[in-house]
Amino acid sequence: MIYMFKVGVIGDKDSVLAFKALGVHVFTVSEGDEARKMVDTLARTNYGVIFITEQIASLIPDTVERYDKEIIPAVILIPSNQGTLDIGIRRINENVEKAVGSNIL
Amino acid sequence: MAILNVNPTRMELTRLKARLKTATRGHKLLKDKQDELMRRFIELIKHNKKLRVEVEKELKEAFNEFLLASAVMSPEMLEAAVAFPKESISVDIKKKNVMSVHVPVMNFIRKLEGDEGSIYPYGFAQTSSELDDAISKLYSIMPKLLELAEVEKACQLMADEIEKTRRRVNALEYRTIPELQETIRFIRMKLDENERSTITRLMKVKDIINKEA
Repeated sequence: MIYMFKVGVIGDKDSVLAFKALGVHVFTVSEGDEARKMVDTLARTNYGVIFITEQIASLIPDTVERYDKEIIPAVILIPSNQGTLDIGIRRINENVEKAVGSNIL
Repeated sequence: MAILNVNPTRMELTRLKARLKTATRGHKLLKDKQDELMRRFIELIKHNKKLRVEVEKELKEAFNEFLLASAVMSPEMLEAAVAFPKESISVDIKKKNVMSVHVPVMNFIRKLEGDEGSIYPYGFAQTSSELDDAISKLYSIMPKLLELAEVEKACQLMADEIEKTRRRVNALEYRTIPELQETIRFIRMKLDENERSTITRLMKVKDIINKEA
């Protein structure tokens, strides 16, 4: 299975604008509903990797979780320009706990 | 432990024995799968964690520089400067089978258009040097960020699979297999008991016949 997938970034404008210069498709959103629709749209339209800022992701945890079980797309959290909320690290720890039964890291 | 609701017959015994054999074999295989998955997962998750910490730290620095750039430049100019990127990123995703978990293998293809060498999609006349710094920083983080995407996705998928496998292993080990064993024991006892009672009956009958003769 070989397809070419696109790479997208979702977040508030100030944080993600810089990614535009690197050729990543940038989508600016400001509230939860908008973000949810955006993630779903991207997932349907051939995006393989979706980076989303933690601030936005914290508004739509269900949507982010829904794509955990799918191979494509990978929804990856990144900190925004206001710093990190540690959701990304927490998700890693949750994975460890789920797999091992206790946090061994 | 409860035994299964079956008739104590020889046929049932054979059937249960076959099931027990399958269950034991399945348990062993699943256990092996779980062990191997766990080994790989732990390797991967350590890498994942390290990578994430690094990426978050570096991204923060890049954002700070970008913030600085947006402070010295007008928003319109800033947007115009980054509006037409020279680089384009796409990703080629293949599936890899790790112990029956399909994990993605991402191959990122970064294409630089126009003249090689400069990563900046704008002229230098109207932009500040802060923007250059921010972009170049972000540019150097990109490979790590993309690797993080691949590793983190694989970890998520593997964690799910490990959880599923563990449930199956436990169900077999603590439920199915003991149940089968006890039921087999129960049927054996019952059959033996039947046999003994047949023998006693025969002896009794023989006694009666002898007495009458």
